[in-house]
Amino acid sequence: MIQREVTIRNKAGLHTRPAAAIVKLAAKFKSDFYIEKDDMEINGKSIIGVMTLAAEQGSKLLLKFDGVDEEEACKAMVDLFERGFDEPM
Amino acid sequence: MATSTAIKEIRFKGIPASPGISIGPAYIFHKHTPSVYVRSLDQTEIDKEIERLQKARERSQYELQKIFQFADQRLGPEQAKIFEAQLLLLEDDYLFTTIIDRIRKEKKNADFLVRDEIEKYYRIMTGAKDEYARERADDLQDVCNRILRNLEEQKLPSKLDGSYVIISHHLAAADALLFSRNDVLGYVTELGGATSHMALLARALKIPLVVGVHQISTIAQSNDVVIIDGSNGLVVLNPTQETLEYFEKQKADYEQFTQRLAKLRKEPAETLDERRVQLSANIELLEELDFVKQQGADGIGLYRTESFLLGREVFPSEDEQYENYNRIAEAMYPKQVIIRTFDIGGDKFMAQGVKENNPFLGWRGIRVMLDKPQIFLDQLRAILRASVKHNLAIMFPMVTSIKEVQLAKQLLAQAKDDLRQKGLPYDEKIQIGVMIEVPAAAAITDHLAKEVQFLSIGTNDLIQYLLAVDRGNEIVADLFQEFHPAVVRSLQYIIRRGKENQVWVGMCGQMAGNPLAAMLLIGLGLDEFSVVPTVLPEIKKIIRSIHYSEAQRIAEQALQMRSEDEIKTYLTTVMKQKFPDIPLS
Repeated sequence: MIQREVTIRNKAGLHTRPAAAIVKLAAKFKSDFYIEKDDMEINGKSIIGVMTLAAEQGSKLLLKFDGVDEEEACKAMVDLFERGFDEPM
Repeated sequence: MATSTAIKEIRFKGIPASPGISIGPAYIFHKHTPSVYVRSLDQTEIDKEIERLQKARERSQYELQKIFQFADQRLGPEQAKIFEAQLLLLEDDYLFTTIIDRIRKEKKNADFLVRDEIEKYYRIMTGAKDEYARERADDLQDVCNRILRNLEEQKLPSKLDGSYVIISHHLAAADALLFSRNDVLGYVTELGGATSHMALLARALKIPLVVGVHQISTIAQSNDVVIIDGSNGLVVLNPTQETLEYFEKQKADYEQFTQRLAKLRKEPAETLDERRVQLSANIELLEELDFVKQQGADGIGLYRTESFLLGREVFPSEDEQYENYNRIAEAMYPKQVIIRTFDIGGDKFMAQGVKENNPFLGWRGIRVMLDKPQIFLDQLRAILRASVKHNLAIMFPMVTSIKEVQLAKQLLAQAKDDLRQKGLPYDEKIQIGVMIEVPAAAAITDHLAKEVQFLSIGTNDLIQYLLAVDRGNEIVADLFQEFHPAVVRSLQYIIRRGKENQVWVGMCGQMAGNPLAAMLLIGLGLDEFSVVPTVLPEIKKIIRSIHYSEAQRIAEQALQMRSEDEIKTYLTTVMKQKFPDIPLS
């Protein structure tokens, strides 16, 4: 299992569109994917879970990957977060 | 109720949200909140329970997709987005897998577990500081109730007998949209602001709306007489005779303008110097046909057959499609109906299992159909069979090359052969056309025109591809410009090349229904306008009030201009002079 901490960079935060983008990307990998925020952990392959995080700009999240392609999954997901989901930062 | 003291005029002041005056009986709408009980299942019931859940999920998806599509068509893609979050929630496989696992393990009924699972998330969201999350909580609750209602196999409570003013504590846009299929006189809600989705929707549907009316849903009773003045934000309950008379006069004045438009229904769409254009309607549901005829359409310029595919796993059979196309052909006869073959992919459902990085540049429209010749042939045969009265035409979407048109024509020839061998009648000379909605197609308009009998410009996609702007992307939404000089020049090019090659050129994109664009399009020589049925009378009024020669001069002026702002300002000035009573958005 690998873990990485990321920060929400885009202005609007983790709203519907980014949440959909995260779930879509996660679905491309076999590894399990969880997101932890404060004391809450949700399944990153579930849109309802990701939406529940309601993460605003600046909030920190812990991404956890576990599975055969965890390295690639982690790299791709961190990249998506770092690009601020391609939204204005 | 109905004690003598209750019949007293009460005036409520709210926020005006959609103009117009209506008078009629109230219908108090209380949202159905399903009550959920826990029930233990026998081992034998489990598979059935899972199936019941899956059915409810599918049914919910189907309903929401319909609502989404209806909103998209009536209000445009931007507004339709409000339903997107709910659709995404229904697509959450993780959520449903969890529920199904729990049905198996805990042997409890689906209703209970659906609510139990969703409520976990709901509680977190309602507790959030952020307003956005709380709004999503509303979506979540709506979705939950939708699934529960479908588990109970209850239909939506959207069918009313008669005409009512709908009064409710809160109306979701989705509720309002479904009610609008009935003859709704007006909407009054306790919650909401003048800029809410609900308000945008009511304006688009031309139904008066007053929001922010405190406590009215507890004070008013169904069938009380209500006056709603959506222009001034006034609601009067149990009006006196005097008040009634006053508002009836107001209402009559307000309606005069709309009636002047309605009178044009039977008049032809022709300019003062007698250039006749075809003014048709875009539709996607058979239910719209009555309204289309009422609005005096010259025909159907675009029937979006994709609506057929909503909520389905498999393509409809040839026979099923035939029934549908035949009904439209008969309902509109002798007027022409242009049937567009399945335009799937891009932002439109049913490209199952296909994940594309860039669906708008991917597998969509004619590309999909040419790769699935059996499905394409089914559709072509169905259209041909319905063409016996000679009032159908076929249109291919997303064409970018001559080769695609030729392949489609080969398949059409094959479909005709099939029918001939079976001895089934069809229109041998059925007209075919292509949509010009990709810059590549625009650039080869002359070649395309030689292959077909008509062209129809799809402005939504054409603009998106021409300007490299995703129309659904809020960040660049300002750059999606109908009056960008590149767009205006392309339109001129397409129309001119089409005419030089003896085909007629129409437009079925949103721009055709924009009153501000009407003079310009007439001037550019467009032969056919296909628009959402609601705007038909306005566009007709503009066409009937201008000389073609004058419109041509206006178009020439616009073609000289260097920015969208300049063109829009110019057209707005001319419009305001000539048509002060037509509202411009």
